[in-house]
Parts: sequence; structure tokens; C-alpha cells
Amino acid sequence: MSTATLKRGGMDNSTASVAGLLGVFAILSIYIAANAMDRLMGVHATIFLFALAAWLVGIGLWAGKLEGRDPFDETKYEDTLVKFGVFASMFWGIAGLLVGIVIALQLTWPNLFYFEQWGFTNFGRLRPLHTSAVIFAFGGNVLLATSFHVVQRTTRARLFGGMWPWFVFWGYQLFIVLAATGYLMGVTQSKEYAEPEWYADLWLTIVWVTYLIIFLGTLWKRKEPHIYVANWFYLSFIVTIAMLHIVNNLSLPVSLASSKSYQLFSGVQDALTQWWYGHNAVGFFLTTGFLAIMYYYIPKRVNRPVYSYRLSIVHFWSLIFIYIWAGPHHLHYTALPQWAQTLGMTFSIMLWMPSWGGMINGVMTLSGAWDKLRTDPVVRMMVVSLAFYGMSTFEGPLMSVRAVNSLSHYTEWGIGHVHSGALGWVGFISFGALYCLTQWLWKRKSLYSIALVEWHFWLATIGIVFYIVSMWFAGIMEGLMWRAYNEFGFLEYAFVETVEAKHISYIIRMVGGLLYFSGALIMAYNLVRTAMGHERINQPADAPAVSNPPAAASLQPAE
Amino acid sequence: MGLLNNHGVLERHSLILTIAILITVSIGGIIQMAPLFYMENTIEKVEGMRPYTPLEVAGRNIYLREGCYVCHSQMVRPLRDEVERYGHYSLAAESMYDHPFQWGSKRTGPDLARVGGKYSDEWHVDHLIDPRALVPESIMPPYAFLAEKSLDYDNIEADLKALRMVGVPYTDEMIENAKADLVAQVDPEAYFDEQDALTARYTEASGREGTVQIRDFDLDPDRITEMDALVAYLQMTGTLVDFSTYEAEDLMNRR
Repeated sequence: MSTATLKRGGMDNSTASVAGLLGVFAILSIYIAANAMDRLMGVHATIFLFALAAWLVGIGLWAGKLEGRDPFDETKYEDTLVKFGVFASMFWGIAGLLVGIVIALQLTWPNLFYFEQWGFTNFGRLRPLHTSAVIFAFGGNVLLATSFHVVQRTTRARLFGGMWPWFVFWGYQLFIVLAATGYLMGVTQSKEYAEPEWYADLWLTIVWVTYLIIFLGTLWKRKEPHIYVANWFYLSFIVTIAMLHIVNNLSLPVSLASSKSYQLFSGVQDALTQWWYGHNAVGFFLTTGFLAIMYYYIPKRVNRPVYSYRLSIVHFWSLIFIYIWAGPHHLHYTALPQWAQTLGMTFSIMLWMPSWGGMINGVMTLSGAWDKLRTDPVVRMMVVSLAFYGMSTFEGPLMSVRAVNSLSHYTEWGIGHVHSGALGWVGFISFGALYCLTQWLWKRKSLYSIALVEWHFWLATIGIVFYIVSMWFAGIMEGLMWRAYNEFGFLEYAFVETVEAKHISYIIRMVGGLLYFSGALIMAYNLVRTAMGHERINQPADAPAVSNPPAAASLQPAE
Repeated sequence: MGLLNNHGVLERHSLILTIAILITVSIGGIIQMAPLFYMENTIEKVEGMRPYTPLEVAGRNIYLREGCYVCHSQMVRPLRDEVERYGHYSLAAESMYDHPFQWGSKRTGPDLARVGGKYSDEWHVDHLIDPRALVPESIMPPYAFLAEKSLDYDNIEADLKALRMVGVPYTDEMIENAKADLVAQVDPEAYFDEQDALTARYTEASGREGTVQIRDFDLDPDRITEMDALVAYLQMTGTLVDFSTYEAEDLMNRR
């Protein structure tokens, strides 16, 4: 917005329009708070109002301090926003993992970790808090931060829209706060991974469409003729999540002043819509978004070109085409018509190859730089994340086979499967990106401590192994126990016996979670010290003197 | 590979790329989802399904609010062990008025699609207050606060109205009498004619006798609690459809 005319108090057009939008929503939330049909809506409208007020005050203070300086200088990258994103990711990641440990403890020792007086700490309310915190708060912030970083570097242009990218960032945090407080208070649509109620969904829709416009706007400003492969993946993630979010959340509020809504679809149609959404939240939030991270940060960190351009084209289009069909494998043997189940299973199996295409392209990018696996634990983390990606995208098609699914569905095997993808793939590639970003954005020669990255890597890897092995064991065991018959032809086990049998597995799972969590704490410490400019003096001699940080504040050539 | 050589067009035009992505990701969903809305054999023809009574709606909303679905499925699969453990496999028709569906994805606890009538009200109340008092190995959270909390049903009419707008066939009469019906189903002091009116309304909708259960579900006659509503909902689940007249082998019911 270098051409934008600076108005009173140094507010340019984009800042004024953001402030105007916030003002409109503030008035709306006053109206809703005053007329709320239920207490929860009143609480939420008030939270929303206070957040917007604080936000507006913040913008005012910030604008007052500008003193005529152009805050959105077109000759510089918007890196401050990405720095905020790095810390938001760290914060939400630790919060989400912590809730995960709490609910793992609840299932292990229910007498100690349920509190009769505090119904809001029950498993049914905390489990959505955990899943949303790790997927949307942690994963979402990683995606926001990295996409804003990558799209600028690969187009050699500043983010489009002046203040609007900041609107997306803070608007997204506000959505997270609404969702999280809602879960604790009992505001939920009860659709997995889409629990926030209608008003939070509408707010997210506004934020998300703005995000898409910023992303496209930055592409339009690009000084490179070609759009880099990472941006195809980001774009497919943003576009498809918008489509999934809107369709799956079609619902009718009881009234504009009520926190309760009823889903537009019911029963079998709603089920298929939900799992079309649910599976593709995995496909487009947790896969294509993080593949985009892989396509930028791995080549940059190891200083090698992407292994195969052709492979990236083939696996990109086949991946996004096939993923959308896979949803019905969540509904095997249910009341969903069988033709739909069969279609879902068929495409799930076909999905194996495009998934591995991405893995191969990422791993083979290390060609000629394999030594970095030994010397740079950040690289090792990102490559191991691809190994976990390969493993869970093999496991997924396997579990989508109807016969296998009849055993695995409803059991802990599913929990183990998502965690090998979430902790291994999404977690590790994100940690890798956060290490890179912190070092590059704060322009440090090296991370504070390479040894601590090693500690993080090994604690987290061992933690994942504990987690997934215990859940495989528990899941297959309970699946077999449910269907076991005794010699007289009666069911062998009461349901509760299968619960009892999982106790040891639950303990091992919890230990795995603690290991993973402690690794994340170490990372946070390491990143903070790196950002502060500290460096441990006794780094090993072969510490990677990584690399031309591509993060200088002025515009540089891309790839 | 000519096709790959033309990929440069997409790489140079962000809008064309965006549209190409949007088309690519729309195809699968449209082909799978659209037919379910118009194909007649998606939902079986059954006798007995009716809209939920106002008390059951309120109870179901508590079931949603507490996140019961994260541990309990409501979908009995047509597998031998499940049918023997839980009862007849679930039909699509049985969740036709569920906005949203509650089939679930995980069985940390048992399936609840047919829990209605399996246990006494007393068992449910005691179990919800302290699960481990009845089932020592259980890992379910305690829900004692439901028995303490009065049910808020001031807006139950609005709930039924919204449900009608998304397709549940509530009649004007059902909506007008929503509050009275809710009280009549649970309050032991209610007049018999109000109870009869409730029974008549929902029996007519069901086309089958005996689907409306009227009693003080939480065994606390003094007031209407959230426990009343939740237990009323649980005792109804899976009991509406008349399986004595359901013909599983009928071509129209085979999917």
C-alpha cells in the first residue's frame, strides 16, 4: 500500500477498512449480547465484543506511533506477521498437546482425573478441545505463518492487502478462542472437527475468504513468471477448505440470538457430508497444506532443487482429485448405501500412490545432500516426517478396506493411525519449519542449540513409537475381543472387559504423549533463545552452518 | 508428455489454476453426495419413525452438548457379533430426523443406538451420576450435575420450529403445545388429558402404539432436570421402528 494516502493518525485505506469491519461486528455483538436467548450466547457475544474493542484500541495505538512512516512498505517483506505466527503456533501447540495428555490421563485413571463439580472438564468436552487445538490452532497457525512466508519469498512480493493479512491472523486467533471457550461451556454442533457453532463458522468464513484473497492477491503481484509448486498446494488447501467448511456447516440457527443451530441435513446425508468434510480436513488441511511446507522448507534447508518437477505435477493433481472421494470409508457397514462405501474404499486405495509420490519427491530432494541427515537434526526431523507420512498413507488405504475396517473401525487403532499422521507427519514437518523460520526470520547464524534439537527429535520419535504401538495393540485386541465367541457360541466378552483390557496400553500411550510433549517444550525453549539471539558456545564443531538465510528483510531473488 | 508441457499455462495464471483446482476437488463430492438426496432407496420404508417429543429433543441436545458422540456410536453394523450384542442393525430411516446425525466414529463406550429400554431409569440415573458405582471398570466421566440442573425449556418451541424448517414434520399443534407436551411427559402432577394429548399427537405421527414413554425419568418428582431429558432420550433411542413389520429382504430395502 505504498501508494495509499495516509489519513488521520497515519491510517491507510486497508487499516481503516479493517477497523470499519471490526466496528460493524462490535455493534452486531452488542446487539446480540443484549438480546441473547441463552446465557452461553450472551457470554460469547461479550467475549467477542471485548476482543474487538481490544483489537481496535491496539490498531489505534499502533497507528498513533507510526508518525508518517509507511507500515506496509512495498519494498520489504511482511515478516513481523510471520514471526507472530511462529509464536502463536508454539503456544497453541503446547496448549493442545497438554489437553491431549489430560484426556489420556482421564481414560487411564478416571477416578483421579474427573472432577464431579467441574462438568466442563469431562472427556466429552475436552476431546474436541484437544483435536481442534492441535489441528486448527497449532496446525492452522503453522499453515498461516508458513504460507505467508513462502508466498512472499517465491513471488518476490510483499503480502497483498496491507492490514488485511493481520486481520486474518488475529481473526483466526479470535475464532480459536470462540471455539475453545465454546467447547468448555458446551456450545457445539457435535460434528467431529466441525464443532464450532454457526456464528463462529460465519466468522471463520469471513476470515478464510480474506485469506484466499490475500493469497491470490500476492500471486497477482508476483515478480516471478511461474507459480512455485508449494503455492499450488497452499492454494488447493485454502480453496478446498473453504468449500468443505461452508457445505458441512450449513445449519439453521434457532434464532440470531441463540447459540444453538440445527444442521440442514439429517441422518445418512449428514453423515456422508460430515465424512466428506472430515476426511478432507485430513486431506487438504493436514496433507496438501503441509506438503506445501515440505516443498519449500526441505529444498531450502538442504539447498537442493526439488527432485522431480514432473512427479510434483502428477502427484499434485491426482492427490487432490482422488482425496475428495475417500470420505465414505469412515462409514463402512453403516446405513450408507453400499455403492457409496465401495466408491470410497476404491479411491482410498488409489490414494496410496499419489501420497507416496509426495513422499518420494520430498525424500529424494536430499540427493547429493544425504550427509545433512546426520549433521542437521532439523533436516532429519523433516525427512522422518515424510517417513511417517509414507507409513500412515499406507496404513490408511489398508484400513479403508471393508474387511479390515470391520475390525479396526470404532477401535483405538483409528486413534493410533491419526496420531502417526498427526504427531509424525504434521508435527515433525511443522517443527522443522518452525526451526527454519525462527533461525531465518530473526537472522541467526544458527539455532540456539543443535543438541536440544537432537533431544527434541529423539524424545518425540520415541514418544510416537510408544503411542502408536500401544494403540495398535489396544485397537486390534479390542476389535478381536468384541467379535470373540466362546465354545458355546455366545459372545465371549462383555463390553467393559474390553475396556479393562486396554488399561496397560493407555498407560504406555500416556507416557508416549508425555515424551512428545516434553520434546515440544524443549523446542519452545530453543526457539525463544534463538529469537533472543543467544547461541550456546559449545556447539559441536560440525554444527551445520546453515545456510544463506533467505529471510533478509529486503526483496531477494526467489528459488 | 504433451499434457505436462502445457502445465505451464496453469503455473502462469493463478485464476485458471484456482478454477482448475476447484473443479478437480468438486467432482468426487458431487458424484457421491448428490444421489443420496434424490435416490428413493437411500432411506428404507419403515413403520414407527416419528419426530422426537419436546422432552426427547431437549435430552438429545444435552447428549450433543456433553459430547457423548466422541465415545459412543449410534450405528449397529450388520455384523454377527454386533447384532447379538446390541440388537438389530441400524437403518438409515432411524436417523432420518437426526439434525445432525450421531453415528459416531469411536466406541470407547458401547454403542447406544438401541440402548432404549435395555436398562431401568434408575440404572441410568445412578450410572450417569457415578458410572463406577455400577460398573467398577468403567472409564466414563461422572454426570452428577445433570440431576442438579433444572432443564431450561423456555425456548423449546423455537427449537421445534427450527427443526421443522430443516425438514422434520412437526405439526402446528406439536409446536404450539411444545412446552405443555414437555411437562406432560415427565411431570407426575400433569393432568391425564395433557398426557393423552401428547401421546395422541406423537402416536399419530408414528403410526404405531407405544412409542411415547411418560414417567418421571430421574425419580425426582419435585422438578424437571436435565437428567429427566437425557434419560427420556436414551430410553427412546432405537425403539421407534417396528421391526416385526420390517422386511429386510424387500428389494426396496436392499442397498
